[in-house]
Amino acid sequence: MDQGSSPATIGEEALPGLDTGRSGGRALKNNLATVLIWLAFLIALIPLVWILWEVISKGAHSVTSATWWQKDQSGALPPGFDHNIRGARHAIVGTLEIGLITAIIAIPIAVLTAIYLVEYGRAGGNLNRRIARVVSFMVDILSGIPSIVAALFVFAVWVTTLNLHLVPFCVSLALTMLMIPVVTRSTEEMLKLVPTELREASYALGVPKWKTVLRIVLPTSISGIITGALLGLARVLGETAPWLFLTTYFAYLTYSPFGGNGIASLPTLISGQADNMSGAPISADRVWGAALTLIIIVLAINLLGRLLGRLTRVKS
Amino acid sequence: MSSITGVSVGDELSDPSGAPNSGAGASTGTKGDRVFGGLAMGAGLLVVAIVSLVAIFLLVQAIPAIGKDKINFLTSREFTSAQLRFGIVQLLWTTVTSSLVALVLAVPFAVGIALFLTHYAPPWFSRIGAALIDLLAAVPSIVYGLWGFYVVAPKFVHVQDALNSVLGWIPLFGKVDTVTGGATIMMVGVVLAIMILPIITALSREVFAQTPVTHKEGALALGATRWEMIRTAVLPFGRPGVISASMLGLGRALGETIAVLFILSALPGTTKWTWSLFNGGSTFASQIANDAPNDQNDANSMGALIAAGLVLFVLTFVVNAIARVIIERRKEFTE
Repeated sequence: MDQGSSPATIGEEALPGLDTGRSGGRALKNNLATVLIWLAFLIALIPLVWILWEVISKGAHSVTSATWWQKDQSGALPPGFDHNIRGARHAIVGTLEIGLITAIIAIPIAVLTAIYLVEYGRAGGNLNRRIARVVSFMVDILSGIPSIVAALFVFAVWVTTLNLHLVPFCVSLALTMLMIPVVTRSTEEMLKLVPTELREASYALGVPKWKTVLRIVLPTSISGIITGALLGLARVLGETAPWLFLTTYFAYLTYSPFGGNGIASLPTLISGQADNMSGAPISADRVWGAALTLIIIVLAINLLGRLLGRLTRVKS
Repeated sequence: MSSITGVSVGDELSDPSGAPNSGAGASTGTKGDRVFGGLAMGAGLLVVAIVSLVAIFLLVQAIPAIGKDKINFLTSREFTSAQLRFGIVQLLWTTVTSSLVALVLAVPFAVGIALFLTHYAPPWFSRIGAALIDLLAAVPSIVYGLWGFYVVAPKFVHVQDALNSVLGWIPLFGKVDTVTGGATIMMVGVVLAIMILPIITALSREVFAQTPVTHKEGALALGATRWEMIRTAVLPFGRPGVISASMLGLGRALGETIAVLFILSALPGTTKWTWSLFNGGSTFASQIANDAPNDQNDANSMGALIAAGLVLFVLTFVVNAIARVIIERRKEFTE
């Protein structure tokens, strides 16, 4: 590979330096870069392993006990107080319930938006194309909105403007804003993967566009859409800021998203108990247990999403 | 088809760039099409409306509070909403510096990892490696906060002391007595760096993987080492992508709330100004999250927080818009 020498005529071993392929200084740089790039990856794994180790070692004994999943914190408050209660059922139920409501609102909006961007925006008339550009830009901006700003916005609308009392449903509204862009973007990618020939075949048979989208395009990409929805859900379940001031922490099990008492969640269970942590081992147990539970839930949804995506990928 | 829609077959052919022709000319006259198309457009417009309403609502509700502000909103360091004194300088400084520290730390690692996954790791490991880095994104931010404050900060004190003794002559690394225990801007920057690492890595990996094979083979054919090939072919090609990925990461870091709230020690309003990264403070997001539960019943205090939220919104808006513009420009360039 050196100048003026052809590997075909001269054996590689005949060229000094070709076994390393290059002169000393350049080889050194090359090796240095290789080492640094491997190091970058290995160093990045340190925090991951460290976090998982801390949370698992400190939270495992809470999470592995049956009480954790069966009891709420009602006994931990006066009157009655049993300070040893480690249950987090109320928080788990609250987190999942608000997450579910969020998903129910966000997914249809996000999927329809993606359909608009792909099916109407990309191949539509000039007007549609221009609107789609604006929508696409706004989806990006929405995905960049910090959760605390989303929460402030919900507060500004719900309390200041509409004069309503805060209910757990408000958290769902804020989380919806965070979930829509994630699901829209992933659905968009999936819809783009659907082969054009499928659509054309359908049109050729005289099937109207809306039926083509509903009966051909969506079913073809459904697994990817579900994956995206699950990943979006996993992302918003870990959010804390909207819980902090759009609802109050309620230590009892409740199912009502419109109840005035508020609702419990794993993030607010953590933030509420964290202050007493250093003094009270039981609080520390609750905090690390809740952290581990939250990681387990988020990871489980994440893995489920990836698994579904892998098993039922669109083959092109 | 053409007989139904009046569109020639040529229009229906997918164009060579691979963009699906979604049947612009497919029948749109039926009621179903108008309803469904309207629904889809409605959803899109709803997204536009939400973002616009965020700006409008924050603006409208911030103005009265700023009007009652007894000190200068833009130049004062004091932020005590209860006394109608809101200045954002300290918040802005803490928000921006902690995010910049995060960016400075995260980008080299993200680029390195992205190169590792695309050009160094064996193919079977590349997928596992990417999944491992993605795991960092699956850890909820409150867990980062817990871990950062209770586990890392006490150990991080030593790192800071070492940095201070070596680089103390630079104002950024100067000594500060107000904060003990390592819960500083620097520490927040480190945790934010870990939090934004997955997003920057994932996007950089995508652009690096798209480097045209001909560029790479060209470099190798000229006798370049693997590193030289990366430096001359992969990095220049991926630069706009890396920049926009970094911008998206920066946007995340600016808005991160709960991890910052957990880690950063708040400062009393009267502390002296310092350039040091080893100081405490509050970011826009952490200040809002800290005050909002107590200030909810006071329209003025809430207005002040909404004003702070508006500044944060504008900040993240600008950063994300820049990222978007860079991505768009790159698209035109590659197509």
